[in-house]
Parts: sequence; structure tokens; C-alpha cells
Amino acid sequence: MSDIVEKTLTALPGLFLQNQPGGGPSAAKASFSSRLGSLVRGITALTSKHEEEKLIQQELSSLKATVSAPTTTLKMMKECMVRLIYCEMLGYDASFGYIHAIKLAQQGSLLEKRVGYLAVSLFLHESHELLLLLVNTVVKDLQSTNLVEVCMALTVVSQIFPREMIPAVLPLIEDKLQHSKEIIRRKAVLALYKFHLIAPNQVQHIHIKFRKALCDRDVGVMAASLHIYLRMIKENSSGYKDLTGSFVTILKQVVGGKLPVDFNYHSVPAPWLQIQLLRILGLLGKDDQRTSELMYDVLDESLRRAELNHNVTYTLELLYRITNAQNVTVIVQKMLEYLHQSKEEYVIVNLVGKIAELAEKYAPDNAWFIQTMNAVFSVGGDVMHPDIPNNFLRLLAEGFDDETEDQQLRLYAVQSYLTLLDVENVFYPQRFLQVMSWVLGEYSYLLDKETPEEVIAKLYKLLINDSVSSETKAWLIAAVTKLTPQAHSSNTIDRLIQEFTISLDTCVRQHAFELKHLHENVELMRSLLPVDRSCEDLVVDASLSFLDGFVAEGLSQGAAPYKPHHQRQEENLSQEKVLNFEPYGLSFSSSGFTGRQSPAGISLGSDVSGNSAETGLKETNGLKLEGIKKLWGREGYLPKKESKTGDESGAPPIPQESIMENVDQAITKKDQSQALTQSKEEKEKQLLASSLFVGLGSESTVNLLGKADTVSHKFRRKSKVKDTKSGETTTTHNMTCSSFGSLSNAAYEDNYYLNTLHDRGDKELKKFSLNSELLDSESLTELPLVEKFSHCSLSTPSLFADNNMEIFHPPQSSTASVANESSLASSFLEETTEYIHSDVMKVCNNETISVSSNKVWKDDCLLMVWSVTNKSGLELKNANLEIFPAENFKVTEQPGCCVPVMEAESTKSFQFSVQIEKPFTKGNLSGFISYHVMDTHSAQLEFSVDLSLLDFIRPLKISSEDFGKLWLSFANDVKQNVKMSESQAALPSVLKTLQQKLRLHIVDIIGNEGLLACQLLPSIPCLLHCRIHADVLALWFRSSCSTLPDYLLYQCQKVMEGS
Amino acid sequence: MQFMLLFSRQGKLRLQKWYVPLSDKEKKKITRELVQTVLARKPKMCSFLEWRDLKIVYKRYASLYFCCAIEDQDNELITLEIIHRYVELLDKYFGSVCELDIIFNFEKAYFILDEFLLGGEVQETSKKNVLKAIEQADLLQEFQKVH
Repeated sequence: MSDIVEKTLTALPGLFLQNQPGGGPSAAKASFSSRLGSLVRGITALTSKHEEEKLIQQELSSLKATVSAPTTTLKMMKECMVRLIYCEMLGYDASFGYIHAIKLAQQGSLLEKRVGYLAVSLFLHESHELLLLLVNTVVKDLQSTNLVEVCMALTVVSQIFPREMIPAVLPLIEDKLQHSKEIIRRKAVLALYKFHLIAPNQVQHIHIKFRKALCDRDVGVMAASLHIYLRMIKENSSGYKDLTGSFVTILKQVVGGKLPVDFNYHSVPAPWLQIQLLRILGLLGKDDQRTSELMYDVLDESLRRAELNHNVTYTLELLYRITNAQNVTVIVQKMLEYLHQSKEEYVIVNLVGKIAELAEKYAPDNAWFIQTMNAVFSVGGDVMHPDIPNNFLRLLAEGFDDETEDQQLRLYAVQSYLTLLDVENVFYPQRFLQVMSWVLGEYSYLLDKETPEEVIAKLYKLLINDSVSSETKAWLIAAVTKLTPQAHSSNTIDRLIQEFTISLDTCVRQHAFELKHLHENVELMRSLLPVDRSCEDLVVDASLSFLDGFVAEGLSQGAAPYKPHHQRQEENLSQEKVLNFEPYGLSFSSSGFTGRQSPAGISLGSDVSGNSAETGLKETNGLKLEGIKKLWGREGYLPKKESKTGDESGAPPIPQESIMENVDQAITKKDQSQALTQSKEEKEKQLLASSLFVGLGSESTVNLLGKADTVSHKFRRKSKVKDTKSGETTTTHNMTCSSFGSLSNAAYEDNYYLNTLHDRGDKELKKFSLNSELLDSESLTELPLVEKFSHCSLSTPSLFADNNMEIFHPPQSSTASVANESSLASSFLEETTEYIHSDVMKVCNNETISVSSNKVWKDDCLLMVWSVTNKSGLELKNANLEIFPAENFKVTEQPGCCVPVMEAESTKSFQFSVQIEKPFTKGNLSGFISYHVMDTHSAQLEFSVDLSLLDFIRPLKISSEDFGKLWLSFANDVKQNVKMSESQAALPSVLKTLQQKLRLHIVDIIGNEGLLACQLLPSIPCLLHCRIHADVLALWFRSSCSTLPDYLLYQCQKVMEGS
Repeated sequence: MQFMLLFSRQGKLRLQKWYVPLSDKEKKKITRELVQTVLARKPKMCSFLEWRDLKIVYKRYASLYFCCAIEDQDNELITLEIIHRYVELLDKYFGSVCELDIIFNFEKAYFILDEFLLGGEVQETSKKNVLKAIEQADLLQEFQKVH
């Protein structure tokens, strides 16, 4: 029968069309596809229901004409269908299009078919007569070799299918239960579920196949089969008692976390599946003692896990927030207890971070601190955040205020590690071993009893252990190297050298060779590896001044002065007057500076060909320690990438006697007379409670929303090193600064302050911090304070082109309304803290209202604020501001964009956050404001605002090292030389201009070269390397995005011309 | 689940999915009634309400209300999580989704819904799997455009 119907359909004139658009102009098609957009916009612009009705009727009649016109292509038909769905959603009848939806599903290629099927499923219901026309299409698609077509057919069948036609598709769908793709099997099961609902008799014979689905290896297929089982068991529970065991097993696996992690929902394992299974078990166990008994265990477990998952996370968070110096021991103990039984990686990482932070902040004594950190390293091992071991080592190395106490802490750490290493058959995570090796290497000299030889022997034992990774081995050899000068004689060292200089691992072999050579010259080794000097600034003679004699000799014999590769290349180019579009990143590796990958590194070398004595200001004996330096000095504990080897397994429990003791003490202190009357359990709880909440009185301010930094930390790091990340950068940096003239130096400092200012997280303190920064500023100390301040605000260069840096305070009224709204919408929230913003600009006005806008350059987006002022004496109602969707942007309405009532002469602000979707050169946002005056008269006002890509450029704060790494990883490369006037051609002023006008971040300045970085929101980085050569500024951009360098180059040129 | 409705704060319907056969008239009536009821509720009020012989579970995300009707024996808490997972899926697909995404690409929102819920039942809860299915279909479209 359906064949006939299909033939009839085919015969309908003008309904069947070829896929070809018949040479229609593509412009017409493009405009056609955005018709939905204009329809939506048209409707939004309307103010009355009546107008809407008129517009939709118009739209519908035009659609009606289009869908029945013979020239309408399937592609156009698809677009029409989308608009028809939209009209139906608004409540208008579009039934003339139903037949065309079926046709589209039948004839369209994938793109159109998908929409056709969707329209059918939205337009029709299962007893609709037109649905019969779909059957053949479904049959055809079920037999298709294209997976997507099969999926579409199954999806529609699972939603609507005429009951009487089930036999036509049933065998096909049954076949799909054996399909190799799980998505097909899953959808087939759901289609059969649908059949079971509407015609249970028709699927009775395949019940056995459902059992197969229940045991499917794919979770989705298994879960889908549960819908059928729930239904069938509801109807007849006694028929499925034999499956109880299977359901119990499945539930056990689910709650045991055996499912793939992507079935977790906010760290709860497959909650939907759990509930489904529990409902099934509930039905099976009802009034049946014997079946119920089978479930007790798993029910108990599910309940326990549910409580644990839900409450523990919350409790731990709460505990973390209430921690202070008095209750830290008991809280950390609780956390450790949970940590030891926890298996989920996320929980471990999170918890370990919290414990480390609390221990560092509030540790009551050395022993406790080290023990706790031991637990952190053993359990957190290789999953924890690399900051944890780094901070720990830094803390140990830098110490705090009391030198004796520092030494005690170090000694305790050394002793504790030696004890741990004595335990047989225990494997520690690699990171922990690395921490141990560093500490043992640095601080074993503090030991009284054990000799360096003994320590070396222990390290050697680890070195020959197969389960130790080669990275850790490098750490171990470095530790041995540090200990060697202290040891009198050691066979172990000789053995080690012998064994590891033939190691297959190059890194280990390198270290072994270094040890070997140093070992031959004990005096040198002693001076090179002094005891307890890890915090001293390591001065590296980057200028290679010890080669001066060699260079001078070469020059005197007529050799040309050295020029680095890229400079040579550049000069060649400028002679040829041809642009080179070849990326020349490779020149880095060819210039022979191993280990230096950034342009900064290269230019360091390039600078010193003739005048190395001048730049190499602070030189020592000038030894290069490439290999050892990596582990020694501050660099030594920078985060390292680690290969995940299977060594998490045997994380040992850490002895916690000291923790226990502390708790006991805390407990016994409590009021004992009161405790006598209570049961033991009660008593324990109460004691725990009192030890938990100790110190939480009114006198101690604990900020529940974030850890207030007013609390004094046990281990406060010395401020000296707080801001510098690596000794090496500081040195170079200082060297550069000192080589500047005093004027440029001041200018640079100016920028530097601005930078630090910008870096500050607590923006509300901007002005004050500015002030305090000034107090530290040496260059201005002679000025009286007030003058200093005013001087600063005058001289502080604006970060942005139009010189209007202000602190953005949202208008009071909007704060109020935002606050109001924020309670309604928990997500999509934007903070209204202070950001730098543009001038307020009037965008449109009429006699009643005026609209002005300004841009707020937030860190993560551009926030457009439109302030609407009601100038009239009348109340305005339903003031609503909408922004039209724009091609390159994503505009998100901030809460509070519809204001029910606007009083006379008031101002409301509307905020929209704008995100960029793809780079552009020129863009604009347009929108309108609509409002009602006196409930009757309505009005609307349009406006538009220009946006530039610069609105989305933000400084990218990275270190020189990161700059170097990123630089090499970027493929898009743009270079250009810009000629400048003599007066401009000073690097500091150029950098300052770029920083202010283009919001580039100055990463580093090395000689006459500057490194800058910025990012295009959300996160497309772009790096700039610039160099001044006479009056030519060589700009070199690199980015992961192909268009960004060109754009920034253009902006740079504009800025340079303008300045 | 009996049906799902998405509507704006202004009461404009943005998406509707009916899992039970109803006449157009009935659908309109239900929609009107529910939109009014839900919009009239205060922000601090419960997300669940009894309505006719059904239970309504709704949640507001920015300017958009997500509203589901479930049967008496269904679990309203897990339904609330269904809503949230759907929002997560939309968010992942569109990248911090907003109402405009859903208005202008409502067919996409339907496609995602159909991969997540099918015939009123949860079809697939793994975010990865749902989006994979959508991407596969999208990819084929791209492929088609090229050829």
C-alpha cells in the first residue's frame, strides 16, 4: 500500500525536484538561508501580538508559495522547514507543510533529510494519517549503509511510528540489535521499547534478545534495555526474578565506579542508571523476602556511596574553610583518612592540594609538617599538581625567619626520608623520590650519625632499582654528585660511575659523565658544589666573557665580527629588498646554543660579540654547568613533565603517630566532667567537634568565601624571592636595566609598576597599591608623599590609546538590579568588579531617552554597557534592550536586561558580554531599545557601536622561558621592518607604546631586543619579538592563528606612525 | 517524561518536545497554562509543582526556563539533573550557550535533545557519546557541502 502512496506522491507535479539548484545565483541562496534570522529579528522588533500575527501570516503565505513552487530546491525546502517549525512553535498552523516535511525526509540528502525527519517528528503524532507516507522512507533508511541515515530512521521510529506498520520494520530493527556500532544497537533497543509500549504483543517473541542487550558490552545499550525491563517488570515482576542477580551485578559495578568516567555526573557514577536499577530492584524485591535478600549488600553499598559522595565532598570543603592554626591537626587527619580510602583521581588531586596548602599555612611543628607532606607525596604521588613539590622544596630551601629552625626542619626531613628509604619492599611515587633526592643531596650534611657515604649508598640502591624512572635517576645522580665532595672515599661512587657511564639512557649517562669528570678534580667540585647554597643567586656568565681573549685574537687576525644567523639573513634580505616569507625558526637550532630555545637566548649570544666585558657585569669564575645546573639552584625544582608510568600502585601508608598524638592531646584537654555522663560515642563526637571548632570564635576572622590572607602563615616565604621566578631571569633583567640610561630606566620602571599594578588580583586596591608601590620606588623617594601620588597619577601612562584609564564603578542603580537578578540566575553571572573601560559615548537618543555606551575591557571578555537615561518626566515600562546577533561575535545578555519600570529621569544600564568567534578587522554591534510610554505608546530606537579587534586583545603574562617554548611551537610567522625617525628609535619608548596602545605584555628586554606577548580572547596567543637596528624596528610576530600576526603588524605600524 | 518546554522570561516558547500524542489545541492550552504558572513563581520557590495529574520540574538558566512534565511515579530530582545535563550539552556544543543560540539554531538544540532523550526516556547520559553522535552528523553535512 505504501508503495502506491509513494508513487502517487511522485506523480504530484512540481513536488519532486532535482538536487541541482538549476544554476540559481548563489547570492540569492545565501540570503535565503538567513531568512530564519530575519524572521526572528522581525518578530523581536514587533511590539504587539496583532503585528506578530500579521507578520507570521505573511511569512506563512510566502512559505506556502515557496514549498509548492516547482523551482524550490531541497536546500531551500530545508530552510523553509526550519521556518515552518518556528511558526508552529509560535502557535500558528503550518499544516500545509507537513507533506513537504515527509518529502524532505524521503528525498533529501543527509543534510536535508535530518531536518525533514526532525520536522516530521515535531509536526506529526503517531496516529496522524500522513505518517503512513513515511514508512517506506524509514524502511529504506534502515537498510542504508550510511550509519547516520540508519540513526535518523531509528530516532524517528522511537518517537513516532504508526502501530499497524510495525511489522514492516520490525525484522530490520531486530537485526540492528546485532549491529557492530553501539549507537545503532542502543537506538534499536529504544525503538523496540517504543513498540513494546504501543504494541506489546508484536515484540513478545524477541524478549530473549532483550537479555542480550542487557548484557551488552556497551553501557549505553545496557542502560537502554533497562527501560524495557522496568516496564515489563512493572507489568509482571514474577517473570523476571531470575534476572535479579544480573541487575545486582550491574548496580554493583556502577556504584563501584567501574563504568567509564564519562558516565559520571558531577563525580556521581551514572546516577540515571542507578535510579533505574534501584526502581527495578524495588519492583523485583517487593513482597519477596528471598529475592530481597540478594540485594541487601548492593543496596547498602549504594546508600553508603551516595552519602559519601554527596556529603563527604561538602564536609571536606567545609572543613578546609574553617581550618585555623588550632584545629589544623585534627582537620588534616580527617582529610588524610578520607584520602587513604579514596580511589578517584579527581578527589585525590583536589584533596592533596588542600592538605598541602593547610599544612604549609598552619603547621604546628616541623615533625607534623614533614609527616603530613610525606603522606601527601605518597598518596598524591604522580597525580598531584606539580606546584606542591615545588613549593615544598622552595620552602625548605628558602626557609623562614629563624635559621636554627630552618635547619631543624631540614634535618627532620632528611631523617624522615632516610627512615622511609629503609623500609623494605615499599615503592614510592617518582615525584616523592625526586623530592627525597633533592633534600638528601642538599641537606644530608646536617646529619650527625650517618655519613655521606651511607646516604650515597641508599641513593645508589634506588638507582639500581628497575621501578625508578630515568628522570628520577637523574635526580638521584645529581644528589650523589652533591654529596660526593663531602664523602671521603666511596667505592659506591666509583661503581656508580662505572655502571652509569655506559647507561643506555642519554640523560643518565650525561649526568654520570659529569660526575666522573668532576670526581677527578675534587677541589673544583667543592667550589662548584658548596654546601647549603641552593638559594644563592646563580650567576651565569651569559656573555661568555672568558672567550674574550679568543675573540680578540680572531679579530686581530682579520676575522669579521660575529653576527648571529638571523641578523645575517636579515641584512642579506634588506640588500636584496625582497621579503622573506620563509619562517626562519630553524636558525635557532643551527646557531649552536644548546638548551636555549627562545629568541632571547639567541640574542644574548648575539649581543656580546664585541663588547662582552660591558654586559657581563657580574661574573664569577664563569663555569658552565649545563647538566648539573638543571637540578641545582632555584631552577632545580621547576615543574617537570613526567611520564606516567605504572608506579602509583604501591603507595605506602605513612606512619602517623605524631598526628595521632596531637589529636589525643587535643581531646584530653577537653572538659572531662561533662564527658562522664555521655555515652562513649557521643563523647567522641563532641570532643571531635570541640577540637574542630577551636579557634573559630569571634576574635579570629575566618572568611568562609575564601581564605583570608590576614592569617599569619607558619611558613611564610621570604619576600625577597616572592616575585622572581628564576634566578637567571632576574640576573639578565638586572643587567639590561642597568645598561639603560637613567631616563629610559625610569620609563621602564614606570611600565613595570603599571604591570605589577595590572597583575594584581585584588583590583579594588588599585589606587592604594599604586601608592605603596611608589613608597618602594627608589627613583621617587625624594618627593613628598602627596606629590609622589599626584606625580604618579599624572605620569602613569594610560594603558589604552585614548588616555582614559579609570576605575570602572558600575552605576548604583545597576548594581542594585544586578544584585537582584543575580539571585535568580545562578549561572551566566558576571562580576561587576572594577575594570578598565573606555569613554562613555552617546550612541542614540530621542526626546524621551538617550543611550550611551562604553566598553569595559574585562580579562575574559569585552563587556558592553549601555546606559539608558529616561529624560522625560514619564515612567517608561518594559524597557528592553536587545542586540542583534552579529557574525563574528557571541553576545551574551547579562542578567537584568529587561526593566519592568523605569522611573522618570532615571538611568538604567544594560550589560552584554561580547566574545569573539573568529578574528575580524572591523565589526560592529547593533541593537535596539524598546519601551512603552504610559502603557500605550510604544517606541523603539536603534543604535550601533563599532568594535575593533583590539577590544579583544589582552596582555599575555608569560615568562621568558614560556615565551621561548611557545615561539617554537607556532607556525604562523610574519616579519616586517618599520622605519622610524631618529627620535623614536629607542627600545623602551617603542615597547611602552606597544604596551599602552596594543595592550601587549612586555615579557623581557634583552639588550636592543624586546619580547612581548598578547592574546586574543578567549585564548589565542600571539608573540612579538622586536629589535631596534639603527632606525629600523624589526617586528617579528608568531601566533597559532594565521590572521592574528598580520592584523597586529598592521596595528603596530599604525601605532608607530602615529607616535 | 511527557514533554519538555523551553521558554523565555517574556513567555516566548523557544523549544517544545512532546513525548505523548496530544492535539495541537491541547498542546497550546498546556503551554499557555504552564508558562503562566511557572513565570508567576518567585525565584526562591520550589522547582517542582504538581499540575493536573503530572509533576512539573523546571529550572531557570539566565533568561530561559527549562520545564519538564513527568508522571507521578517519576523522580523529580533526577529530572532536574536531566535538565542540567541538557544545558551542559548545549553549553558544550555551542560554547557557553545563551538564549540567542537556541533561538537561531533551535534545530540544533532539537538534534541534541533527540540524542539525549528519546521517546521520553534517557537515551545516553555520557556527554561525550551524545556530542559524538551530533558531531558525526554535522561532519557528514560538512562533507556534503564540500562535494
